[in-house]
Amino acid sequence: MSDATPTEAHPEAKLLRLTLNGRSWLGAVEQHALLLDVIRYQAGLTGTKRGCDMGTCGCCAVQINGEPRLSCLTLAHDCEGAEIRTIEGVQSGPLLSALQDAWVATGASQCGFCSPGFIMVGEALLEEKPKPTEREVREAIAGNLCRCTGYVKIVEAFMVASGQAEPGQDAVRRNAKGDSESD
Amino acid sequence: MSTYQDDKAFRAPLSTLPSTGKKRQDGSDQDFNIIGERTPLIDAREKVLGQAIYTDDIDFPGMLICKILRSPWAHARIDSIDIDKALALPGVHSVMVGTDAPIKFGVLPISQDETALAVDKVRHLGEGIAAVAAETEAIALEALELIDVKVTELKPFLRKKDSTRELREGEEKIHEHIRFENNIHKRVRQSFGEPDKAFAEAAWTANASFEFKGVTHAFTEPIAAIAHWTPDQRLTLWTSQQVPHYTHLAIARVFEMPMHRIRVIKPTVGGGFGGKSDPFPHEMVVSWLAMDCGRPVKMLFDREEVFFSNHGRHPTSNEISMAMDSNGKVTGLDINATIDGGAFGSFGVVTSYYNGVLSHGPYRIPSFRYQGTRIYSNRPVSGAMRGHGSVNTRLGTEVVLDMLCAKAGFDPVQVRLDNTLSDFTTLINGFRITSNGIRECIQTVAERSDWANKHGKLPYGRGIGIGCGFYISGSALQIHKSRLPQSTVHLKVDMDGGVTIHTGAADIGQGSDTMAAQVVAEVLGLPMERMRVYAVDTDMSPIDLGSYSSRVTFMNGLAAKRAAEDLREQLIRAASRLSGYAVESFIMRDGYVYNRHWPEASVPYMEALEEALAGKGALATSGCYTAPPMGAAYKGAGAGLSPTYSFTSYICELEVDPETGMVQPLKIWAAHDCGRVLNPLAVEGQIEGSIHMGLGQILCEEMAYEGPNLLNANLLDYRIPTPSQTPEMDVSLIESVDPEGPFGAKECGEGGLAPILPAVANGIYDAVGVRIHRVPMTPDVVLTAIEKKARKERREAAARSA
Repeated sequence: MSDATPTEAHPEAKLLRLTLNGRSWLGAVEQHALLLDVIRYQAGLTGTKRGCDMGTCGCCAVQINGEPRLSCLTLAHDCEGAEIRTIEGVQSGPLLSALQDAWVATGASQCGFCSPGFIMVGEALLEEKPKPTEREVREAIAGNLCRCTGYVKIVEAFMVASGQAEPGQDAVRRNAKGDSESD
Repeated sequence: MSTYQDDKAFRAPLSTLPSTGKKRQDGSDQDFNIIGERTPLIDAREKVLGQAIYTDDIDFPGMLICKILRSPWAHARIDSIDIDKALALPGVHSVMVGTDAPIKFGVLPISQDETALAVDKVRHLGEGIAAVAAETEAIALEALELIDVKVTELKPFLRKKDSTRELREGEEKIHEHIRFENNIHKRVRQSFGEPDKAFAEAAWTANASFEFKGVTHAFTEPIAAIAHWTPDQRLTLWTSQQVPHYTHLAIARVFEMPMHRIRVIKPTVGGGFGGKSDPFPHEMVVSWLAMDCGRPVKMLFDREEVFFSNHGRHPTSNEISMAMDSNGKVTGLDINATIDGGAFGSFGVVTSYYNGVLSHGPYRIPSFRYQGTRIYSNRPVSGAMRGHGSVNTRLGTEVVLDMLCAKAGFDPVQVRLDNTLSDFTTLINGFRITSNGIRECIQTVAERSDWANKHGKLPYGRGIGIGCGFYISGSALQIHKSRLPQSTVHLKVDMDGGVTIHTGAADIGQGSDTMAAQVVAEVLGLPMERMRVYAVDTDMSPIDLGSYSSRVTFMNGLAAKRAAEDLREQLIRAASRLSGYAVESFIMRDGYVYNRHWPEASVPYMEALEEALAGKGALATSGCYTAPPMGAAYKGAGAGLSPTYSFTSYICELEVDPETGMVQPLKIWAAHDCGRVLNPLAVEGQIEGSIHMGLGQILCEEMAYEGPNLLNANLLDYRIPTPSQTPEMDVSLIESVDPEGPFGAKECGEGGLAPILPAVANGIYDAVGVRIHRVPMTPDVVLTAIEKKARKERREAAARSA
């Protein structure tokens, strides 16, 4: 819209420069824009998810200068010059990170909507503590909600990624009676 | 020979064939290549890379943003809606009101009572009144503020007792179509055996009433949809849906448009749990706006709107009575339930039945009576939620059974074992039970939890409890009566050797795409990497009725298996022609059409494929599943009928802090009979997720209202258990191989929820000796019960000493 006077519906935009996954990004960003909206709708990096709009679900977590942060509670213009890392910046070339790899192997994604946020928090944790205890993992991800997994396989993914466990053993207990009937 | 076969990349040398000594297809578990393997979901990599495309991730040139004006009134007659100012705002393309699309719809043909936007009156807080399509979200939001709605407020119905009674002077019922002068939506009565006699002759009886607050699915991906009226005069809808087919039907109905002019696409879905299993008003809204504007229109709910959309578990009041003879055999069960459906029908008629009919298994109960009432109220609509209709009565029956055990001095585990159904039997209401691993489930959790040394023996404040359950593995009765299959799968194979699977089954994170790929790969003896799944694009996929009633693995799995068996037959015929051996000699395994008698005469898959394609072109096969006729003949006999049932037993050890009333589960032992385990990774995930969701309902989740207002329409105040609150789980999968399921599989997605509620409730009793009758069992409620019991004991002690 080209109306001269900015309004709530037609606010003023200012130039913003970010470092997004190691590359410079420049765009005209509205004064009150959230980092989440800039990442998703202006930079087109849709891996960062919008789940609750108020910092309660952790789906929008990114790293700002290496620290896990909720992009839905962060004003984009406050990130001028900061290094932003999103889920798209985690893999190196065609390879998954150790955590992403373990995430796949352990079945830590079901619907997958929360996975990017968990992984961004998790990558920061593993950088700081390469071999976290289960309690430390659960504390680190306490700000992330998952409605599918009961967190069992998410915690397992951390243990596998940090080399403290192998991907799980089957929980299958064969039912002798059933098997004989399958003949 | 063709160039394809000469190319090493397309065939392995015969010397790599597995030795002939390994027995195949003999019924042993080693029989399978992929079935039973821990198989990562086929979309897991795109999910961890942030590349899975959910509805809101889709963008189109010229796309408009839709926002809905939602009612601040619970019950009101709409007098006028003025949209002129909103339409005049620069950047607004269209404004829609209820009369623009007034045809009613609903998931059940018998409850077509919702409209795209409110027409004439609003029936709950948050119901849509008008909608705007604008160039940005900010413009759309400002336009909503410019819409002027004038209403006459009506008295809202917010309590169950207000909805069940006769209307009073000056009151107006919520829906005109309600048969009597009250707000009762549906009444159900069933009686089998001789319940009165059972209770009269019982050695022991117990009775309890429970009050359940509403809970909601709280999937992480907010509801979203995009509609586009394409140049070929067709409507395309991308929607986060569990039942795209029912949405397809509903759109055709509302817009009086033939189905072939509508295309429904399901992108990746960020969780559903029943909360995306109705055709929705917002789907009609974006469709109308897209047709009106001729541009794509997107709608993304904020979290508060998701709560208003709800369709969660019905708030419930129930009363359960159970009779037992002196040997500990359950002889009678009597259930009375009133469930609050909110403003619309949704799945409610089914829920009304499920609250009764899914309560008597997994036990043999010779006499059973059920009376159920679903009411309308001016609340967000209740509908289907994981464990649909079975959860609240399950808590009641398992707690009352525990009360009987305590009264009679029986061990709760032994009593359950003594009352279990056998396999291959019929329930008193006509359900056929096929495979049944309930005994193994109970024995497994009792053993692994060391029940015998813990129950009744733990120190005060620590307890252990058990709960069991059973659940349908797909509804045998179709919602829309027809002779069409309930699920169909198409396969296509061309010279590249990849197998394309077209399925209408809606993967909502549970892994149904992976399941279909596994089933086809197993039948064809090919690796998973050759499988590619194209799911739910109604232009391309055959119909599957959707992800509800825990039906997909059973029904879609069988459809996929049958399509793959047809394909296998064509490849075996080709191998027979090439090799000169009879078709009976061949099976498919390890990338070969394999000659069981003379392995050297095996034909590599790619060679057999070329022969099969010759003069014919791409192979295309189709498989389908239709539930066979079953069940007895009485009113409501179809509700709860299923080709097979899953069985579950859980034990929970927990701590209750007597000072605060806080309940902390310490460990959960779970055993679920899901028939053949197709993919342990996925099945375990379903059980663990079900436990987590059930723990939320029993301990901390509730839709809290004050008057008409929902107080906690966000994920901070609506408390789902966090990583640090979720206990350790020990999951056992019991394989009672089903005679009909795909490779013997049954459901695992829903049945695993209900039993955790009574396991916790009975554990609380074991810990501190109180029965809690309100769900969720929050600390204040538990503490009040502990204090009440202490006061009673003090009074009794004083009376004794006096």
